[in-house]
Amino acid sequence: MHTQVAIIGGGVGGTVTANRLIKSLHGERRQTVDITIYETKRMHTYQPGWLYVPFSQFRPMTITRPEVRLLHEGIILKSGTEGTVTSLDTNTKTLVTADGISHRYDYLIFATGARNVPEEVAGYAEGSDHFYSEEAARALRAKLDAFEGGVIVTGVSSIPHRCPPAPLEFTFLLDDMLRKQGLREKTEIHYVYPINRVFPIESVAELAAPILEERGIQVHTFFNVDEIHPEKKLVTSLEGEELSYDLLVLTPPHQGSALAKQSGISDADGWIPTDHHTLRVKGYEDANIFAIGDSTDLPVSKSGAAAHFEGIVVAETIADELRGRAPAHTYEGRVVCFLETGRNQASILWFDYKHPPKPPKPSLFWHLDKTALNRFYWEIIPPAIA
Amino acid sequence: MTLPVDREIDARGSHCPGPLMELIRGSKSLADGQTIAVLSADAGSKKDIPIWVEKAGYKLLAVEEQENGVARFVVQKVARKS
Repeated sequence: MHTQVAIIGGGVGGTVTANRLIKSLHGERRQTVDITIYETKRMHTYQPGWLYVPFSQFRPMTITRPEVRLLHEGIILKSGTEGTVTSLDTNTKTLVTADGISHRYDYLIFATGARNVPEEVAGYAEGSDHFYSEEAARALRAKLDAFEGGVIVTGVSSIPHRCPPAPLEFTFLLDDMLRKQGLREKTEIHYVYPINRVFPIESVAELAAPILEERGIQVHTFFNVDEIHPEKKLVTSLEGEELSYDLLVLTPPHQGSALAKQSGISDADGWIPTDHHTLRVKGYEDANIFAIGDSTDLPVSKSGAAAHFEGIVVAETIADELRGRAPAHTYEGRVVCFLETGRNQASILWFDYKHPPKPPKPSLFWHLDKTALNRFYWEIIPPAIA
Repeated sequence: MTLPVDREIDARGSHCPGPLMELIRGSKSLADGQTIAVLSADAGSKKDIPIWVEKAGYKLLAVEEQENGVARFVVQKVARKS
């Protein structure tokens, strides 16, 4: 009987895991293992690209490609109802898809990502824009195109969320755009953040805070969004602050997948308790269930980079086990991501569990690196060549 | 001795700003006057939590030191003056 490796989710983590695993298996072993990705959507999205859509720097169609084209030969992709997992039984090691078919698995990888839950903040859906989906990014682009000056409030409604640097990056790019359009002097920009600095990691907050100040962006820390009043164009914080706005661009509240929650393997917000190093799901250590990427409760950024590095560890662990060897790979919290600071400059955040980032001074060099990643993501990341 | 509270959150194993965010999330569902405790093993919480409690206008009733570097922060939600 073939060994069944089931990967739920065809984002960067699921795709890297599948591609790396099939590359790591050789000869006869490769013929006896079925690797299946279950993914509702047929298109794979380079999510960091959404940041640029509101500024018309990227068109949405350039940041999506068919998932099937990103997979090595031999990987099975189930999408649509065939790829939508509706329930899971960890005792019988089976999952059921929306077409009613039950599938057996020997290894299960949760690569289910994170989802926007705007309903968690009163008034968010009607009152705030964001760029954490294609639809939302397009709608925000239309509003920015029509913007003629006023008050823009940017920032974060709650932590954790995908791509932690993105709210800062958006704010810097917004400042750039308004200056180019001659609208900056007619616009106040306010950046709100839930904790007592502008970013969770201190070294990054220390880099970003002076840039915000230099650009004339007003910062409100310890601003935990309590309620949004769309009719009054007012956002209030738990700490008692109120801000009026003409345009509100807050990162939406996030949760993990509904499937993880419904299966009882996650916490109340859908994040999956995951071993920091083996990436096995806690409580299911002997059941061959792993979690990677945004779906986990790991203390690292919810980013494609983390999902990528985690996917490689899981793929190599499974490959080792299938070869009868002790797994030799562990995840040490590695993340590499960029921080666009506007004016064609960026910094890079390179860190792991033990080593916080020491972001270099923003420069054109790192901006060009980010630009290159945006361009060559498809050739470098999903194929799992690094 | 530990102070009894209306809601207890175990944020051990969660790193900065995790315990603070757990406290903030947990306090949203409290009525004025109710109490909440958060357990944290993260050293940063000793700085962050008292500052946030003051900013929010709540009361920090106790910081109870427990074993293995764990601290229990006991907070009371206070009605905001309008």
